Amino acid sequence: MSDRNYNEISKNGLWNNNVALVQLLGLCPLLAVTGTVINGLGLGLATMLTLVASNGVVSLIRHWVRPEVRVPVFVLIIASVVTAIELAMNAWLYELYIVLGIFIPLIVTNCGILARAEAYASKNSLLPSMLDGFMMGLGFMLVLVTLGAMREALGYGTLLSNAHLMFGELARDWTLHLVNDYSGFLLAILPPGAFIGMGLIIALKNLIDRRAKKAQASPLADSDAVAATS
Amino acid sequence: MSTKRYIIASGLILGLFAVIGTALVGITHDTTAEKIAQNERQALLRKLQQILPADQHDNNLLQSTVEIPADDRLGHQQPSRVYIATQQDEISAMIFPVIAPRGYSGEIHMLVGIDINGRIIGVRVVKHRETPGLGDAIEAERNDWILGFTGKSLDNPAPSKWKVKRDGGSFDQFTGATITPRAVVQAVQLTLVYFERHRDELIAAYRKQQHEAAEAEQESTDKEHEHSEHE
Repeated sequence: MSDRNYNEISKNGLWNNNVALVQLLGLCPLLAVTGTVINGLGLGLATMLTLVASNGVVSLIRHWVRPEVRVPVFVLIIASVVTAIELAMNAWLYELYIVLGIFIPLIVTNCGILARAEAYASKNSLLPSMLDGFMMGLGFMLVLVTLGAMREALGYGTLLSNAHLMFGELARDWTLHLVNDYSGFLLAILPPGAFIGMGLIIALKNLIDRRAKKAQASPLADSDAVAATS
Repeated sequence: MSTKRYIIASGLILGLFAVIGTALVGITHDTTAEKIAQNERQALLRKLQQILPADQHDNNLLQSTVEIPADDRLGHQQPSRVYIATQQDEISAMIFPVIAPRGYSGEIHMLVGIDINGRIIGVRVVKHRETPGLGDAIEAERNDWILGFTGKSLDNPAPSKWKVKRDGGSFDQFTGATITPRAVVQAVQLTLVYFERHRDELIAAYRKQQHEAAEAEQESTDKEHEHSEHE
């Protein structure tokens, strides 16, 4: 494995093949919990942990599992990992667990995780697989946090409220009040706000990609070709 | 033949992973179960102490409860437990877990604390699914509204005024949300009615329970004495 390959995995996970923005997977929890930054961060971390663990295990057992039964085996692994994470959060991050509630077990149904197991981890060795899980998870988490920040800032006029749910009592003062006596913008907090926000983020990503392509068009055209063949 | 072996091998692999997965979950459950139970107790206790601060009772609220049968006024389909607060062995207040069934999006779970004279010492919402930004103003963390119940009783305000203002009562509603506060006001009033009707019964049940507990303890210490004497 060359460094170039690791770079490629990172770029894919964070941007080019982002689970939420490009593959459009795992949208149910994504839209449901992004009312605040902290909620998004909490679910993002849990998803990332699941991805790293499930990709790692799937990669380790990839030579043993017959193709006929691989999907049920992957689902079993993912479900066990998520349940273990859910129990651990219930024990050590109880308050956050209460807030995220039903969406932790729902990570199992995030097709993004099964997709990575099937498309990447079952064909690659341990380290790249775990890195792929980490980067895909990180990309997913960044979208959750960005969307959470947009909706929280617009909806409540704050950022990082309830940080103490994750970082302990000291973080209670982290809340940023962007506008004093903000009356709130309900649409941003309700489900339509999530869809609109998500649409805007995807549009922004496409815009940036198009700009980059145009700028690159003439002098650096060959770099993509090299990446594709490596 | 080879197909048969193939199927068996695949089945065995699947079974093996089922066992491994279950083992993982089982081990995690065992290591976290105690901590989770403790968290739940702590969270409940914190809620109870928001209603009744630690300096207003001197017993362990989680351990002094009386079971009551299901009752429509409290919104319960199942028997529930009332927390009994005592100060120097005198009952000072009771805290009822109550469900307001007609919130805007389903049930609103609350704790209603009533002192021995039938005055409300505090109401808190434990769990709800009301609209964020509108109905969730019933949470004490978001709005002072719920604190307005403190000190109220069945005849303060008068029974006909136990409604939100829109219905001609004396409790505020929220801008854009009337159904949620209406459900809460009604549930609190019904709890007060329940308390009035069952107050003496509850006190008697608690006393009896204390008495039995004391007797059981006496018995066990007696037995211990006997035991040591025999030795």
